[in-house]
Amino acid sequence: MIEVKNISKSYSGKLVMNDFSFVAEQGKTTLIIGGSGHGKTVLMRSIVGLEEVDSGAIFYDGRNFSEMNIKQRKSIRKEIGMLFQGSALFDSQTVEENVMFPLSMFTDMSLEEKRERVNFCLKRVNLENKNNQYPSQISGGQKKRVGIARAISMNPKYLFCDEPNSGLDPLTSHVIDELIKEITQEYGITTIVNTHDMNSVMEIGDKVIFIYQGQKWWEGSSKTILQADNKEVREFVGLAKVLMEMRKQSS
Amino acid sequence: MIHFISTIFFHIGRYFTLITRAFSKPEKTIIFRKRVFEEIENLGIDSIPLVLIISLFMGAVITIQAAFGFESPWIPAYAVGMTTRDSVILEFAPTLVSLILAGKVGSSIASETGTMRVTEQIDALEIMGVNSASHLILPKIVASMFINPFLIIISMFTGIVGGYIFGVLTNVVTAPQYLYGIQYDFRIYNVTYALIKTVVFAFIISSVPAYHGYYTHGGALEVGKSSTTAVVYSSLLILLFNFILTQLLLA
Repeated sequence: MIEVKNISKSYSGKLVMNDFSFVAEQGKTTLIIGGSGHGKTVLMRSIVGLEEVDSGAIFYDGRNFSEMNIKQRKSIRKEIGMLFQGSALFDSQTVEENVMFPLSMFTDMSLEEKRERVNFCLKRVNLENKNNQYPSQISGGQKKRVGIARAISMNPKYLFCDEPNSGLDPLTSHVIDELIKEITQEYGITTIVNTHDMNSVMEIGDKVIFIYQGQKWWEGSSKTILQADNKEVREFVGLAKVLMEMRKQSS
Repeated sequence: MIHFISTIFFHIGRYFTLITRAFSKPEKTIIFRKRVFEEIENLGIDSIPLVLIISLFMGAVITIQAAFGFESPWIPAYAVGMTTRDSVILEFAPTLVSLILAGKVGSSIASETGTMRVTEQIDALEIMGVNSASHLILPKIVASMFINPFLIIISMFTGIVGGYIFGVLTNVVTAPQYLYGIQYDFRIYNVTYALIKTVVFAFIISSVPAYHGYYTHGGALEVGKSSTTAVVYSSLLILLFNFILTQLLLA
């Protein structure tokens, strides 16, 4: 479980996140939704410690991450897997080397054991026979899958996904969403996903938090978001509603 | 003016903070050693052809210029060889070749590190709990400080050989005169002085571009700007330290 308590963040005196709190539960997917520039990425970067918050605290299963020193944070980070918006795969390494990287860095596994683990992770994300290819030789959707495989290679307790569907076609987006949902449930991971894709919200959102101008504007579930009486939330999901009705009519 | 001075102090402070982080104990010695060897190949071995070409012509030009300037019956003909040797060893090989390497290697380091920053690869390392500064920068510094003295020794040798070949071919000096000149009053301390300079320049060539790349923000345009800035500052620092070290070691 991840508990975010009253965190605020400003850049050059400008408040970009104000008194933000929520709880992400284990084995469930918490979605942070909102328009571009409203603070989703800053929030996620703050939770994982890539940005220092001005005030507030972040708890990983009761452990106060905000008060930890570098060494203590390092131990928490080994329990974190993260899928970045642009996948963030290492260009100079093959798919296999990318997934193997955390294992080589932090475990004493033999090469054979590491290969076995890598193949298991790649198979889990339905990406086989790409071990020796470089990130530049695979598609955007495949890069995301390698990113997920790398994120789960160390059996993380917490999974963060920043815009996992950006730049992907609807079908590939659906595959990635399903993968995140399955992995979260299968391994009992606490997953937080940043997205502005309403399809993702409807498909994988156990809990949905709407962020607006750096503040928590609305909290609910994928079932209740379509009935939300909040003006900004209604505007945000409006288009999705239309699409869903069109889909219903056509089917 | 105050802003300019505060900016300089900001960069100096941030540079030394990064270097301190980079010099912390590597996560795994075996991976560090592998990375050092990779960097020796990238930064050193791959630069050998460039060093050979530059040094060959550098030696040739110095020999011809020296012969042109020494057209006096009071100056012995072997002085051409002696001048070529001392010019190449004292200044041209360590300083000129380091300046050229600052362009080639420096821009490569800055653009590689900068691209890793803007594509979130450095964030990915941090999330995994890897000290990105140590993992990315330390192998480059160690590799440069190790391989650059060898490059400079190659440059010294090639420069003197270039002077011999072109000097004899253009009839500005005879082979025995040149060979006598390069052996006359040879001081081994000059080579020591040149190698000390080289090690300091190697540190500048690797650390300054790494600093500029590491703190790149934005996209491809900013990576290009970082690369240019890195080469300019590395070159200026090489010239500054060339003066300081010459004063300290030769005066």
